[in-house]
Amino acid sequence: MPDYREVTLEDLRNLVTDRAVTGETMLLNMGPQHPSTHGVLRLLLELDGEIVLNCIPDIGFLHTGVEKNMEAKTYQKAEVMTDRLDYLDPLGNNLAYCLAVEKLLDLDVPPRAQAIRVLLTELTRLNSHLLWLGTSALDLAAMSVFLYCMREREIILDIFELCSGARMMTTYFRPGGLWRDVPVEFEQAVRNFLRIFPKRIDEYESLLTKNLLFRDRTRNIGKISAEDCIRYGVTGPILRASGMAYDVRKVRPYSGYEQYDFDIPTRTEGDVYARYLVRMEEMRQSVRIIQQALEKMPLGPVRSNDRKVVPPPRSEIGVSMEALIHHFKLWTEGFPVSKGSTYITIESPRGEMGVYMESDGGPKPLRVHYHTPTFVNLQALPLMARNHFVADVVGIIGSIDVVLGDADR
Amino acid sequence: MEDLLKPITETIHQRFGVEAHESHGLVSLTIHPEQLISLVKTLRNEFKFDMLAAETAVDYWPEQSPRFHMIYELYSTPQNIGLELRVPLDGNAPSLPTLEILYANANWHEREVWDMFGIKFEGHSDLRRILMPFDWEGHPLRKDYPLGYEELQFTFNFDQVMIHKPHPKS
Repeated sequence: MPDYREVTLEDLRNLVTDRAVTGETMLLNMGPQHPSTHGVLRLLLELDGEIVLNCIPDIGFLHTGVEKNMEAKTYQKAEVMTDRLDYLDPLGNNLAYCLAVEKLLDLDVPPRAQAIRVLLTELTRLNSHLLWLGTSALDLAAMSVFLYCMREREIILDIFELCSGARMMTTYFRPGGLWRDVPVEFEQAVRNFLRIFPKRIDEYESLLTKNLLFRDRTRNIGKISAEDCIRYGVTGPILRASGMAYDVRKVRPYSGYEQYDFDIPTRTEGDVYARYLVRMEEMRQSVRIIQQALEKMPLGPVRSNDRKVVPPPRSEIGVSMEALIHHFKLWTEGFPVSKGSTYITIESPRGEMGVYMESDGGPKPLRVHYHTPTFVNLQALPLMARNHFVADVVGIIGSIDVVLGDADR
Repeated sequence: MEDLLKPITETIHQRFGVEAHESHGLVSLTIHPEQLISLVKTLRNEFKFDMLAAETAVDYWPEQSPRFHMIYELYSTPQNIGLELRVPLDGNAPSLPTLEILYANANWHEREVWDMFGIKFEGHSDLRRILMPFDWEGHPLRKDYPLGYEELQFTFNFDQVMIHKPHPKS
């Protein structure tokens, strides 16, 4: 075991300029305990006066070894960990996981379950965007927006609680469908939310969109071109704000997204303000999708009938020996998944989220890899932050919408 | 197999002698480490695979050769098609050339694979650990790495256990 060693300038030699070595420029540590880094992101900034010359992101403070832990758990148990990755998009993580397992099993999901999945993932997108809007406005000193956003987010979390019993860590989607059907109060709760929410988006916009202070702090800040985005693999609202209409929901529809009518908002400026506008418009589009999902919600079962994967309903266990055996086998051994690998992608609120899953034929995954948008998008932060003021770095971090649970896994 | 992918895989087969196979809707090519750079260059420049969608590895321990599979998910935005590359690697000092020159985001992905699997990338500009503490020993996602529990610390073995901890306090 080596002695405890400190990072020296030599370790970072090829990341900073020569002037840092002679002490002409200043190396400043920002985070990990900084309120505007949205969690435990650490940035090492090389400053010339107040201008950022280099920015070196340092992640891993929230590394929890989820991928390693998943390898030691059955497919049902491993899903519980996915909620904890991107904790603002728990249902999106569940969905990506379930789609991967279903792909390996060639399992069909009933249409009602698919519609509920779409509805709830869009609600999760709103939940995530609301927290993003609140905190990134808070970073730019617009305090009241945060309180309004939290008010609406509360309604969404209540809907999650209604369905799954948990406000954040839901694990509501299961391989083969849902945990159970939504309760009767669900429809009314969503309708109530849809009635008030579009007006509330206008309310947020009236606070920020034409606000001079907000515009000064966000326009022409943190610019990135679409080519650079592609080169860095950056996706999601950042790519769309740079002028490319790339959305996984449109280009590779999953879970029945092809049935819904919605637009992909794009801007061409590629700065913080453009990302703000794109996300605001995305919220409106999400409301449209939720409305459509609610209107044409089909009736029927919410779980696949494949008893080798999906546990039997409680009512059957008392009367059917076969159901009891299935129940017992599923909750002790888990279900085996045929040998093979797959890679599926979904559109998370932050960008393209991919799941690579490989099975060796047993009841536990051989390897699960989450390709997370924050991890990729953070890599482009140095590019965006270069030659801006330190105060603008805060706004840029906000516009990337970092969730460190997503980056560190 | 998608119509768009067929001509690509056929050209690759002629030029590199690599057979494509499909499983669960995903087309993948298993290639030799020496072919990696030239093949990815061909895919990127001729067939417009402009995005590195994901990069990761799988450990097949206790098998030794090949022990690892390095996995690249390439994506072409103009054509909307994806392709998987798998590179089998030996368990003994695995290493590959870096893709950093072709795809900028390979930088962090390769740092992560180095951190988690101990696969070295030659020519990488900044191969430091990314998720684990920088003075960590071992590579956690290898199958022979224990899942890990904290050793119980009592008064009689307090100092011994303290020495083994990744960050000894004193």
